[in-house]
Amino acid sequence: MRKLAESTVNADCLFEDAEWSFDSLRRVYDAIDVVARNRLNLNLYSNQIEIISSEQMLDAYSSIGMPLMYRHWSFGKHFIRNERLYRKGAMGLAYEVVINSNPCISYCMEENTMAMQTLVMAHAAFGHNHFFKTNHLFKQWTDAEGILDYLEYARGYIAQCEDRHGVTAVEKLLDSAHALMPNGVYRYRRPRIPSLSDEKKRRQERRRFEEHNASYLWNAVTDKARVVPADAELQQRKRDLHLPEENLLHFLEHYSPVLSPWQREILRIVRNIAQYFYPQKQTRVMNEGCACFVHFYIINALHQNGLLNDGAMLEILHSHTNVLFQPDFDDPRFNGINPYAIGFAMMQDIRRVCENPTDEDRDWFPDTAGCKDWRGVLLDAWANYRDESFIQQYLSPTVIRRFRMFATSNDADDPYYLVTGIHDERGFHHIRETLAQNHDLASLEPYIQIVDVDLLNDRRLKLQYVERDGIPLDEDQKEATLEHLESLWGYDVILEKMPVT
Amino acid sequence: MGHFIDRRLNPKDTSLGNRRRFIRRVRTHIKKAFDQAVRERKIADAERGEDIVVPSDTIAEPTFRQANEGGKRVRVSSGNKSYRTGDKIRKPPPGAGGEGAKSGSDSGEGDDDFLFVLSRDEFLDLFFEDMELPNLVKRSLQQIEVSRPHRAGLSTTGSPANINVGRTMRNALCRRLALRRPSDKEIRALREEIFSLEAVSSPTREQRSQLRKAQKLLEELLRRQKIVSYIDPLDVRYNYFEQKPEPREQAAMFCLMDVSASMGEREKDLAKRFFMLLHLFLRRCYGTVELVFVRHTHNAQEVDEETFFYATATGGTIVSTALSETKRIIEERYPPAHWNIYVAQASDGENYAGDSRKCAVLLSDWLMKYCQYFAYVEIVDEAEAEFLNSEESGVELWREYRHIAEVWPHMAMKRIARAADIYPVFKELFAKKSRDAQIG
Repeated sequence: MRKLAESTVNADCLFEDAEWSFDSLRRVYDAIDVVARNRLNLNLYSNQIEIISSEQMLDAYSSIGMPLMYRHWSFGKHFIRNERLYRKGAMGLAYEVVINSNPCISYCMEENTMAMQTLVMAHAAFGHNHFFKTNHLFKQWTDAEGILDYLEYARGYIAQCEDRHGVTAVEKLLDSAHALMPNGVYRYRRPRIPSLSDEKKRRQERRRFEEHNASYLWNAVTDKARVVPADAELQQRKRDLHLPEENLLHFLEHYSPVLSPWQREILRIVRNIAQYFYPQKQTRVMNEGCACFVHFYIINALHQNGLLNDGAMLEILHSHTNVLFQPDFDDPRFNGINPYAIGFAMMQDIRRVCENPTDEDRDWFPDTAGCKDWRGVLLDAWANYRDESFIQQYLSPTVIRRFRMFATSNDADDPYYLVTGIHDERGFHHIRETLAQNHDLASLEPYIQIVDVDLLNDRRLKLQYVERDGIPLDEDQKEATLEHLESLWGYDVILEKMPVT
Repeated sequence: MGHFIDRRLNPKDTSLGNRRRFIRRVRTHIKKAFDQAVRERKIADAERGEDIVVPSDTIAEPTFRQANEGGKRVRVSSGNKSYRTGDKIRKPPPGAGGEGAKSGSDSGEGDDDFLFVLSRDEFLDLFFEDMELPNLVKRSLQQIEVSRPHRAGLSTTGSPANINVGRTMRNALCRRLALRRPSDKEIRALREEIFSLEAVSSPTREQRSQLRKAQKLLEELLRRQKIVSYIDPLDVRYNYFEQKPEPREQAAMFCLMDVSASMGEREKDLAKRFFMLLHLFLRRCYGTVELVFVRHTHNAQEVDEETFFYATATGGTIVSTALSETKRIIEERYPPAHWNIYVAQASDGENYAGDSRKCAVLLSDWLMKYCQYFAYVEIVDEAEAEFLNSEESGVELWREYRHIAEVWPHMAMKRIARAADIYPVFKELFAKKSRDAQIG
């Protein structure tokens, strides 16, 4: 409080008004930039900050946060739903949306006050920006340079397909592709990312192939050449199909017997977009934690230097605590562990361990405890981990105690939940393990792969669901999704489950 | 390096394409809700938007995902109060709300039906779709009524084209007088005086002081003229215009319908659309449109809209009673000198033997002289429409009306079996209107 009282009158203040203006935005941006680069050593894409209205924010919301998305009814549906909730006051809008691209684009709403714009810029244009640029998942799996060009290309291509093949045909295909979107990513191996010109070349090749196939002569030749292949040949063909395959969209794109080239191209677009978002799903805790840590540090630095007045600081802290609120398990608002809260708490704790470690911390983190270089430790963590491994590595007993965490197991056969560990000496490891597993996509998303194709008989496609811990698939959703899969494959599809415990 | 872009002025409604696709997707449901709405709505509010409810399963986006129940899961929660390792917590009974730690669907989407609002334009689009209206007509019906600028005094701001010169000059003059700005004439006189004084070769002392005084005065006047400008921004006045809706004439629309038992729901539904379309049209042309509903069986009475469409009545069918009732109402409340009278009649074509002659007399002797337009539709079965394709054939009422239509050009009649048949009844009416619009 003493510090607050001292700084009430200060000529250095970056802004006094609640209203923002482009001048004050720029002043604040420059001040943040200095802190971010010099004191946090952040590595940033250049920033592009766009001021948008609430309607445009709703727009961005409904097309999964991307500008330039292609057209599809489901985006319209989300827009209508969000708009209704927003107009009724049931839902607030996010203060910002940020896009993993180079330059890094962040949207700020025009309704925000100047204090909020300050927070939003520090959070999105610096926190998320640094994370996008340095985290290994984003570096390996996404192409920040090319994404906007690619989306532009995708939108144009799909619009062109709508003209050529009819809106209904394209819509039907997109419906099916969207149903398989979560299964359209490579989880383990990484494909080469083709450039825009490669994409074009590949498309031309496909068209040539299509023309080639249209010729009767060629059909006649293949007819004549049909012989029953031997068993070894069959095995070889299966090998050629690269089975088993976890990326369903990739498989369909390459081997579906019924799709025409333009349909394969659209599957590819959907698959690429899914792949682009895959790292974000794996790093929610880290991404938000990083952004919150960065904005909190920057805002405090600005305030200490007298660049922010107390009113603005209080307003910022108010939103800050709202975002980081973690309700207890028996609170009606409880919906799992808040990724913002746990991410921010863990990162603050890393700093504490580096600066003021306790004996317990020295036991748990012999490498970092007391090393003083918390910036280095955090930069390393942001660059080289994802949620699951980050929690596995850095969740400390202090944080577990602070959240009063406890682990429960829920067996469908038992009439009770069993408490398997709490925030005590014996439970720390168990809780850390469990929480890490709760953030591991492999255990959250069903693991489904294509294992076999009966190419010689009825071309039936065989899928396998690896049923871990007896957790089944949602039956209704499964049936509906399989129908989509069948329409893309053109023949029967069966899904078997393989229990694993 | 930061770069700021103001996107607020970018074109709006970029998601309109997605919305259209969505609406097309749920078309069958919208259509059903729409038909329901047409049935329930009053004729006069054909132009509102409409709430549409779509069952959520038709617009589901399925994916493979884990079921909420079954199997063995472990999970970390926060805020432990008194649990210890090994404690067993009884599960809430299945189906009970508020499962606490285990609730919340991961999809984030409820299973509720999906509700959204169809805008006025989208609603009218659907309305016109059945009717197969030509585009020109659709446009003229959709237009919001025209307004013209009217003078509404003066203002101190405005565009240069609207400067009121007279008023501006008058203000300037007042100000110049009040501030005693020297006129050019005064200055010219003084200059001449100075000139003549300077011309004197050997001025007397008196003349010299007079010259000095005059020069000083001139200096003062010039300074004053410079300070008090000839026209000041303060003086400028602009003509001010207000947008006022065009004053329009008033019209009375009479809806006549046979409500005897032979008119079923389908017939009434078609009749309602027929009345709605005429009403929409009249709304475009007239400032106020009053609706009068006259229903008849073997006798006629004026009723409200609710009764008109939904109440059942039994009895024979005597059409002339409705026309007499109309005549009575017109004479009583809508003197033709002040009102434009439009009459729309819907019937299944049946009439009491010998009554049709009476109707014809009533029409040609009286009603046709006073009304602007008389539209008659005979609602028939789709099957019936097949063999009644000739205009000449038909029952008594139809034949009598045909004679009248030959004499009076503003009588229109048609058999309709589908919504698409309705528009041709008004064809001439709309054609006239769009011709007027083109000329005007």
